[in-house]
Amino acid sequence: MTATATVIEIPMRLLIIEDDRESADYLVKAFREVGYVADLAGDGEEGLALAESGDYDVLVVDRMLPKRDGLSLIGALREKGNRTPVLILSALGQVDDRIKGLRAGGDDYLPKPYSFAELLARIEVLSRRHGGPAEETTYRVGDLELDRLSHRVTRGKEELTLQPREFRLLEYLMKHAGQVVTRTMLLENVWDYHFDPQTNVIDVHISRLRSKIDKGFERPLLHTIRGAGYMIRDGIR
Amino acid sequence: MTAFGKLIRTTAFRLTLVYLFLFALFSASLLGYFAWNTRRLITEQITTTVNAETGEISDIFSRRGLRVLVHTIENRALRPGANLYLVTTPAGQAIAGNVGSLAPGVMATSGWSETAYRRLDDQDAADHFALVKVTELSSGFRLLIGRDLEERRRLFGIVAKAAQWSVLIVVVLGLCGGIFVARRVLRRIDAMTGTTQRIMAGDLSGRLPVGRSGDELDRLAENLNAMLERIEALMTGLKEVSDNIAHDLKTPLTRLRNRAEEALAKAGTEAEYRSALERTIEESDGLIRTFNALLMIARAESGQARGNMDDFDAADVAEGIHELYEPLAEDGDLTLRVKTEPTPLHGNRELISQALANLVENAIKYGKPAPAALQLGAGGLESARKDILIEARREGDRVLLSVIDHGPGIPAADRKHAVERFVRLEASRTQPGSGLGLSLASAVATLHGGDLRLDDAHPGLIATLAIPARSGASDGLAVQTHDVSQKAA
Repeated sequence: MTATATVIEIPMRLLIIEDDRESADYLVKAFREVGYVADLAGDGEEGLALAESGDYDVLVVDRMLPKRDGLSLIGALREKGNRTPVLILSALGQVDDRIKGLRAGGDDYLPKPYSFAELLARIEVLSRRHGGPAEETTYRVGDLELDRLSHRVTRGKEELTLQPREFRLLEYLMKHAGQVVTRTMLLENVWDYHFDPQTNVIDVHISRLRSKIDKGFERPLLHTIRGAGYMIRDGIR
Repeated sequence: MTAFGKLIRTTAFRLTLVYLFLFALFSASLLGYFAWNTRRLITEQITTTVNAETGEISDIFSRRGLRVLVHTIENRALRPGANLYLVTTPAGQAIAGNVGSLAPGVMATSGWSETAYRRLDDQDAADHFALVKVTELSSGFRLLIGRDLEERRRLFGIVAKAAQWSVLIVVVLGLCGGIFVARRVLRRIDAMTGTTQRIMAGDLSGRLPVGRSGDELDRLAENLNAMLERIEALMTGLKEVSDNIAHDLKTPLTRLRNRAEEALAKAGTEAEYRSALERTIEESDGLIRTFNALLMIARAESGQARGNMDDFDAADVAEGIHELYEPLAEDGDLTLRVKTEPTPLHGNRELISQALANLVENAIKYGKPAPAALQLGAGGLESARKDILIEARREGDRVLLSVIDHGPGIPAADRKHAVERFVRLEASRTQPGSGLGLSLASAVATLHGGDLRLDDAHPGLIATLAIPARSGASDGLAVQTHDVSQKAA
């Protein structure tokens, strides 16, 4: 997150709608520590009112809430034309629960218990998508360049040969350059699987990709973020 | 409730009563119809004979006069079983015939009537009834000819008696039959109730008695037994799960707690705290994974995941999983290959992918050839033995997704056991993993109406998900198809 430290940023505004006081307080505190502004609503009705009145970058919504459940809250919000990205947090973590959540208008779904790093990474990605620049045809990180139309990847003057899946992996990483991308996010977005492998299968793919884009170059671009995931960025800038 | 009370409350008995009533009504009306018809017939017969005789005697009177008439009448009246005859003068005085007395006014009106009468020669005082016809002859003489109705009355009596008896017999036989059937049914139902009560009390091994007749009660009992079988299996499974959860979740929880305690007591530097905390997180992630897998199995087994079924090609799943795991296998010094043919399938793509992924992970974890086997083999054989093959093919109406490795395999005796939850065979206790991979794969196969087969690859293991091509809920097919197109887009 130091990558964008030089830019003066308007702090990200989050609304957390969660009825469990302790986990809500933990989230608010943790978000403040990374420099976000986080508001808190304790039930569905209050959450809906706040979400409608405030200008938030991302809403973090628990599914099971008093007074009005999370999915109906999102439904009501979307019906009124509010397009604020919503991340659903829920103890119901099976594939069909997830599909239900996304169909109800959620943008991402994270089952409890979750790691804060995972939540943070997903919120970053969500907020960037919201009002971010239109999808570019070329991604650049340092001297690494990926052309989405011709499927060409070059670093410096050298052209790199990537397999289709490696290309998609790199494409996703570069789309979110400067942001932490977790293993589950990669599995979901690059492979479209929503299960939890018991092995380090994603790490192996990353190390293959790394050997292609970083090996033999002075400055590594693909970084491992301990306890969270991966990030592609130009370390110097 | 008394035994008798129970008996008369049975459906069989109540049905018997209804039929009894219907049969009694039926036999009564049958006899009634018979009686009425007989009566009509007898009356018709009497009318015909009386009409004929009246004609004959009027003729005699008009042609040959009163004397011959009186003579003829006297003659006929003396015959045994004779009809009734009476001739009166215009003044109303009887001059011939065998009738002693009549109900008043009968002779005054011409035509048919039924009347009480007494014969001249009758000793007893009782009145008889007769059907008579009075005709006016010329010059004021009146002629009565009639027939006694005793015969008709007797016949009627016989029919009435028959009706009484038959109704009585129907009722008695019906009641006996009803009680017999009801008792038989009741005995069997009581046996069933007894068993169910024992089962409710906790003895799940109890089964309902099944007779040999193959009737509806036997079929019911068989079905209930099958249901009990399933419930017992589920309950046993549940018990095993809770036992295993207790073991497999408590062990890492204890480890977790011990480490935290130890760090709190001993760690001095920040680095020590950090590493203790990192291990704590790692351990709890493992716990969460185990928990998720358990929930997933429970859901697949209970059939709740049937909602998200669509049409897809199992070959795509095989190739996708191959693509995902190929680098991992290579890191483990193994070669992951894939061989497919078009295998259209209707099912939950995500779950089938996960089941196949579990099989591949198992093969990568446990499928390494034993070093001894490698040394024995020649060069070419050696490389073949390092192969793991993912295969998607059709066999009849089933789609087979197999993962074939050439590791040590699973001894035939252990194969059934290996699918159970939390079982990690002795040889693999040291490897990481929740021990739920095969049970999840098996639960997914069951959800789709198929099964998980484990076979010998000589050496090695063939794990196969055998799934009917058109499995499970065919409803929801139309609803789900747009998901496929979305995914494709």
